[in-house]
Amino acid sequence: MKLLGIDSSGLVASVAVLEDDVIIGEYTTNFKKTHSQTLLPMLDELKKMIDLDMESIDAIAVAGGPGSFTGLRIGSATAKGLGLALHVPIISVPTVEALAMNLWGAEADVCPLMDARRNQTYTGVYRFEEGQMKTIVKQCAVDVGEIIDAVNEEGRPVIFLGDGVPVFESQIAERCKVPYFFAPAHMNRQNAAALLARAKAYYQEGKMESAAEHRPDYLRLSQAERERLEQQEGKA
Amino acid sequence: MSNKDIYILAIESSCDETAAAVVVNGRKVLSNVISTQIPLHTLYGGVVPEIASRKHIERVNQVIEEALKEANCTLDDIDAIGVTYGPGLVGALLVGLSAAKAICFAKDIPLIGVHHIEGHICANYIQNVDLEPPFVCLVVSGGHTHLVRVKDYGEYEILGRTRDDAAGEAFDKVARAIGLGYPGGPKIEQKAKEGDPEAIAFPVAKVADGPYDFSFSGLKSAVLNYMNGAQMKGETVNEADIAASFQKAVIEALTGNARRAIHEFECDKFAIAGGVASNGTLREAMETMCQEEGVEFYHPDPILCTDNAAMIGAAAYYEYVAGRRDGWDLNAIPNLPLGQR
Repeated sequence: MKLLGIDSSGLVASVAVLEDDVIIGEYTTNFKKTHSQTLLPMLDELKKMIDLDMESIDAIAVAGGPGSFTGLRIGSATAKGLGLALHVPIISVPTVEALAMNLWGAEADVCPLMDARRNQTYTGVYRFEEGQMKTIVKQCAVDVGEIIDAVNEEGRPVIFLGDGVPVFESQIAERCKVPYFFAPAHMNRQNAAALLARAKAYYQEGKMESAAEHRPDYLRLSQAERERLEQQEGKA
Repeated sequence: MSNKDIYILAIESSCDETAAAVVVNGRKVLSNVISTQIPLHTLYGGVVPEIASRKHIERVNQVIEEALKEANCTLDDIDAIGVTYGPGLVGALLVGLSAAKAICFAKDIPLIGVHHIEGHICANYIQNVDLEPPFVCLVVSGGHTHLVRVKDYGEYEILGRTRDDAAGEAFDKVARAIGLGYPGGPKIEQKAKEGDPEAIAFPVAKVADGPYDFSFSGLKSAVLNYMNGAQMKGETVNEADIAASFQKAVIEALTGNARRAIHEFECDKFAIAGGVASNGTLREAMETMCQEEGVEFYHPDPILCTDNAAMIGAAAYYEYVAGRRDGWDLNAIPNLPLGQR
């Protein structure tokens, strides 16, 4: 089994290849260049370095959302193009789950925080029990206070990670009542290797979709749709 | 150059149509699939970029697969992919571009970025297999109004452009003002048929320091002022007369500049392209003007005027034979200038 992983849901661009139980190559950057300029050149470098035969890939795993709308679409369209050309399915891994996978085995709960602007975060709460990832709060787009309240309610120590940490640090300090920690540098951002480790479980369960069907799960309507709905509700 | 036929798969997603096509040797269209989003955007009175981008990603693979199937091809038959990388809505462009790059990467075939307006111009090569540069071309669409001197394949000189609204944009805005809805071009043209083009004297704007430039925002304001004036006086307006008179003013501006370019550059071929080029009244006016000037007139069928991928395939072919290839870092450029590499 060989899976190619792609995560461009945030500022990070990351590609990796999983063969059975081993990551045979990974390339991650967290730099201000657009994913359109980084993602495929990085995959090209990786391919050359590990003599990757694209035809040997069984499925493409991609961060399926939430995240930056444009970032998600660059990752998705890339995965869809690869899937179309190679005739392989897509594993759409929820972005927040993939982020949580960075802290596999943690005794504390894991709470990824992605900055979703306007004091909102794409987040969720995950727990590792007997080697399995358990979802306590499914990935969602909420006000940061709401997820801190949810974490408080669980009453267990928690590890925060993600690009929302520096944004919401002071609110966490004010509001979080349980012992909390911030994940260290090598595991606090999106990473295609962690995504692939999660994708493997989906692959084994057959949770895949065709390249044509795949689309990102934004967790949010576009602004125009939102305003139109509000207007309709206002009239009703 | 060998005699082997060159098969280009082309992808276009710069605005509100997801499109793919297979084109042989830049002239022969094997398939030209267009998935339009117009009904969806009609709800919002115009194209919503985020919604357009979302729709593109839902349709892109199906459209590509349909184009290949209709052309009786597989990706193994394709020599290169041509894809629009600008100008256009950046989020929309990125969908087609990212998919195109990924397919090229997986199949190890060349990637060729195409300028959307160059694509529109090249639609004329498909329609008229004998047409060769040099010629002058007027590109008129919802987002663009360019008068272009096509010196050679892939070699363009912009003679003039709009200083404010594109011609198609003016149609959309005026259509909205007189209650015809979106998209404005076809609706105004239809309404104008019932009206008198001489009924109202709307101004034909001239741009003082740019003999070939256009300006349509003054015309649009004149229509709005006319409407407001009538309303204040409690008069009812005749929408058909407004549509016909407005359309006439736009067409006069377009034909006037085109005529001057034909004179100055002594060209014997003139072409139109872009979504507004499917306006029958504009086509007739241009044809008459060309007859008067004794130049050959070219125009693509409406299906090649609207945003489509066949035209991108035609443009990509000439880039392909000129040896141009793009790298994996090719980015979408929303305001990509014409004729620059």
